[in-house]
Amino acid sequence: MLETANQICVVIGASHAGVNFAFNLRKEGWQGAIILYDVDPNTPYHRPPLSKSYIVNGDLNSNLLKPLESYQKENITLELGKKVTSINRALKTISIENETDQKYDKLVIATGAIALIPQINGIKEATNLFAMRTAADAIAIKNAIDTSSEKRVVIIGGGYIGLETAASLKKIGAKVIVLERESRVLERVTAPLMSEYFMDLHQENGVKILIKKNVISIKNEGSFNTVFCDDNTYFEADIVIVGVGIRVNAELAKNADLEIENGIKVNQFAQTNDKNIYAIGDCTLHYNPHYDKFIRLESVQNAVDQSKVAAASICGKNLIYDTIPWFWSDQYDVKLQMVGLSNGYNEVLLRKEATENTSFSVWYFKNEELLAVDAINNGKAYVLGTRFIKGKQKINKSKLVDVSIPMKPTSFL
Amino acid sequence: MAKITFITSDNETITLEGTSGSVMELAVNNNVKGIDGDCGGVCSCATCHVHVAPEDFAKTGGPEELENDMLEFDDLTNEYSRLSCQLQISEALDGIVLKVAK
Repeated sequence: MLETANQICVVIGASHAGVNFAFNLRKEGWQGAIILYDVDPNTPYHRPPLSKSYIVNGDLNSNLLKPLESYQKENITLELGKKVTSINRALKTISIENETDQKYDKLVIATGAIALIPQINGIKEATNLFAMRTAADAIAIKNAIDTSSEKRVVIIGGGYIGLETAASLKKIGAKVIVLERESRVLERVTAPLMSEYFMDLHQENGVKILIKKNVISIKNEGSFNTVFCDDNTYFEADIVIVGVGIRVNAELAKNADLEIENGIKVNQFAQTNDKNIYAIGDCTLHYNPHYDKFIRLESVQNAVDQSKVAAASICGKNLIYDTIPWFWSDQYDVKLQMVGLSNGYNEVLLRKEATENTSFSVWYFKNEELLAVDAINNGKAYVLGTRFIKGKQKINKSKLVDVSIPMKPTSFL
Repeated sequence: MAKITFITSDNETITLEGTSGSVMELAVNNNVKGIDGDCGGVCSCATCHVHVAPEDFAKTGGPEELENDMLEFDDLTNEYSRLSCQLQISEALDGIVLKVAK
């Protein structure tokens, strides 16, 4: 057992990765102090529901990662609404705005990312313009919708955040237009047939999706804005939501001379090039043994799994990061579950279940290797896909697409 | 109010009282070992898998279709398997015993 009773573990960032890490560290036997800092003043909450259920039911309290009592019970100190401004590796301290420096023995950077606000003419002057990343964003959007009589919403960006937000806002009576710059939605993350499926789903539900719409300026007209595109089209909006991607919060690490490369670079133990500093979650560039490459992921799975690995490592156990990435998205009554990384695929197979019209799965291959599966209302495909990818199982492709063969672990051998 | 008993894989017995929310949330909020609820309770991760005591299964009922899909090929699944995020706490669940599946 390590002597940790007099040691201090400081965590910067109290979202999914940071909070899970703190509780995992306690579980692994750390006896010293655990202090969590976050600039966000809210009791740490789940982020995925912000764009999904929160907009509809508006209850942030049902959305907490852990109840406040749990932190007390596990002797985890929350320092919320406080901004960490620098890391001093030589002294092993961090500086906090308007506070005295805090010493650490182990430091964990879980600073995640912030929403990217593109430099568009007039974007700073726009009223009711929001990102969708934090509880404050979600609350502000909900308030703006609730108090708007026209409820005309323009969402810039047709990625998951944009589409989930569109579906949720439609449910509470907004008129929603999504403007996507590329020639299809979800262009960066999925195959054309999935893009088509989601585009149709939204149009059927009354959300207008327009592709090849490059927003070049926004003009504030008092209580509303007009959003202009480079093809001379324009759209009036009482509320504008920007969902065009994120920027990793890596400044603290960068200024402390930690290795950065499209994220804070960490090894298989979630450890940076300073042995006393770990980084976890969205902000990390980490090695994935299954795909044999360094990747950066914006996902709950990655936050949770890296938090486990880092906690184990700090407590002297050799757990390595070795997970197949997984994600999910809920839009209307459709559940999309994804496993694996489809980058580099050269073949896509569709399996549409014979007995149901709402259930199908999309299988991404690179030659004979199954890389990823997207499952629509189809937990079986998701679970089996996970197993096949993990086991690098060879799939009989003609059996896979033959829906007269029921989906079973041995069906596609 | 419902009293719900969890038996972990270490054979620790934990009885908790809940009034609302899901059984998974109750377990996570009280750090019941083996129930992680990674996805936050939307039937997407299967990290909150429990085996309902056979005599209590009538109280919980069986899984819905997607939940069933998620459970069907899990190695730890038996005929009394449920994802605890899909069990809403109500008086009807008072007294049930759940064995944590992992």
